[in-house]
Amino acid sequence: MSLLQIKNLVVEFPGRRGTLRALDDISIDIAPGEILGVVGESGAGKSLTGAAIIGLLEPPGRVAGGQILLEGERIDNLPHERMRHIRGRKIGAIFQDPLTSLNPLYTIGRQLVETIQAHLPVTAQEARLRAIELLNDTGIPAAAQRIDHYPHQFSGGMRQRVVIALALAAEPKLIVADEPTTALDVSIQAQIITLLKNICRQRGAAVMLITHDMGVIAETCDRVAVMYAGRIAEIGPVHQVINHPSHPYTAGLMAAIPDITVERERLYQIDGAMPRLNAIPQGCAFNPRCPKAFDRCRQDRPDLMPAGATRAACWLHDAHAGVAA
Amino acid sequence: MSGTEKKVEAPLVQAHDLAKTFDVSPPWLNRVLERKPRLLLKAVDGVSFEIEKGKTLALVGESGCGKSTVARLLVGLYEPTRGGLNFDGQDAHAVFKTPAGRQLRSRIQMIFQDPYASLNPRWTIEDIIAEPLREHGILEGGAALKERVGELLKSVGLSPLDMAKYPHQFSGGQRQRISIARALATEPEFLVCDEPTSALDVSVQAQVLNIMKDLQRTRGLTYLFISHNLAVVRHVSDQVGVMYLGRLVELADKHSLFDRPRHPYTRMLLDAIPKMHDTGRARTPVSGEVPNPLNPPGGCTFHPRCPHADARCRSERPEFLQFEGVRVACHAVEEGRI
Repeated sequence: MSLLQIKNLVVEFPGRRGTLRALDDISIDIAPGEILGVVGESGAGKSLTGAAIIGLLEPPGRVAGGQILLEGERIDNLPHERMRHIRGRKIGAIFQDPLTSLNPLYTIGRQLVETIQAHLPVTAQEARLRAIELLNDTGIPAAAQRIDHYPHQFSGGMRQRVVIALALAAEPKLIVADEPTTALDVSIQAQIITLLKNICRQRGAAVMLITHDMGVIAETCDRVAVMYAGRIAEIGPVHQVINHPSHPYTAGLMAAIPDITVERERLYQIDGAMPRLNAIPQGCAFNPRCPKAFDRCRQDRPDLMPAGATRAACWLHDAHAGVAA
Repeated sequence: MSGTEKKVEAPLVQAHDLAKTFDVSPPWLNRVLERKPRLLLKAVDGVSFEIEKGKTLALVGESGCGKSTVARLLVGLYEPTRGGLNFDGQDAHAVFKTPAGRQLRSRIQMIFQDPYASLNPRWTIEDIIAEPLREHGILEGGAALKERVGELLKSVGLSPLDMAKYPHQFSGGQRQRISIARALATEPEFLVCDEPTSALDVSVQAQVLNIMKDLQRTRGLTYLFISHNLAVVRHVSDQVGVMYLGRLVELADKHSLFDRPRHPYTRMLLDAIPKMHDTGRARTPVSGEVPNPLNPPGGCTFHPRCPHADARCRSERPEFLQFEGVRVACHAVEEGRI
């Protein structure tokens, strides 16, 4: 059974000039222990998907349709108190900026102990030992001394290790990691990604890794979902999506990334920009920028359909129409 | 550089032993009462390089290695503590102080990282792009100015009609193009680009990089391109300089640097990049972090993280020496150990 099931999730932001639909009909399953990547450009809705799962949508944003199920139980409509209990205990969260996810006024030990005691029935002494163990596991040297330090005494990479320790404190089944390495240098990024991957594999925790960096996705994830304008454009095994993309947007995105191993005079560019939420074109949201768009793309909105080894929301793969991709 | 055409003329940009030290001491009272020492941060410590006309030198390195300080030194936003910049045969920092400095400044322009912070939100695009033209007395106003702004907008792929709009009406990529148009207004020869695409999404990054390359080709621009993204650097540059804690550790043309990196730090940076098409391949994570620049390690500053470090590396600072057309500061390379 899937650990997490997102079924036809719709997130809306009601406003004075009408309601904006930020996530439109998102369906994703995550199996226990799986690492699922979510990529897309700014504003595609990847962070919102993460926020909806952990129940931290910023008002006035709200879940307007669909369901989110964790181990078969709905969690999208739980009251605040119940959700608070699931957050941390069953779903851990890691955010982009490690400085703002830690309270600067408390030592990291106090923050870890508080989290552990909030979710697990242990004494303060046990919680502290556990906290030291967690810091050790996340590769913080001299954890027994460092536990009494304040966040500002740690470097960016070390802080992100503390945040990972915090997310893992209550042994959650799922970790939602939203751009965990974006604020870090590439050498530190490699350390953190390796740590996140290994530690979650060891503990059997599933990860939803949200990032705009295809390189990070390629080396870390089992499957990847590519988002565009609030919808999933393509989802499938990471190797297939990267090397044999089925959706023209995925293909364009992959070609636009400068490759360290290949030299090209010009980069492939997708002209234009992602549409704003209040101006999503009719039909497929990508059609004005798509080199392969045809009439149907401008009229009907495609749902995810089988496309080779992946599933893509693109009429090119409509088996009934008989159009070759 | 292919070497097909041999030029005798001197490089357009020559930085020699450029250094900038910042005084980050605690206030005077704390120093007296608490006996705190003076603290000096050597942000850039003796950097030398040349850029030939029409070429691109990229500077790479991790946060805090001094890349942006070099950029600010080159455009004259900082006064160097030591060394200087030779631009087209003139000592730039001496000229900046004279009345002729204005004219020189118009030949060196800068593009900043964050297109959200570098454009005044209360000005129209016309005001923003016309400012350098007015400031340098190139065009006074009226129809000619409007026309020039329109041309500049067209050259970066925007419409002249956009000049009546405000920055918030544009996306990040479009704003960065406006920054480029503004930098091009004075017809500079040398553009210093400080992480121009780091704040942009990949599809938009491709658009901006393509425009920058096209402009270089058509206008013969010389670029200093600062980035932490080695894949982008490989795409845009002719030469690459790798910086670590305020110093250049390797300076080579693009092909030798990527095909045969010499300095252990360069190798480490290249290894740390995720390889896209090799899914599931784990990177070789590098141990350690950049040390505190206020208290850098003795000898070679990279030795605590270097797998090839020996006693000499810990005690003696390596010179920046030439090896087969590549300049490297490393004892191990010099001794032929790696």
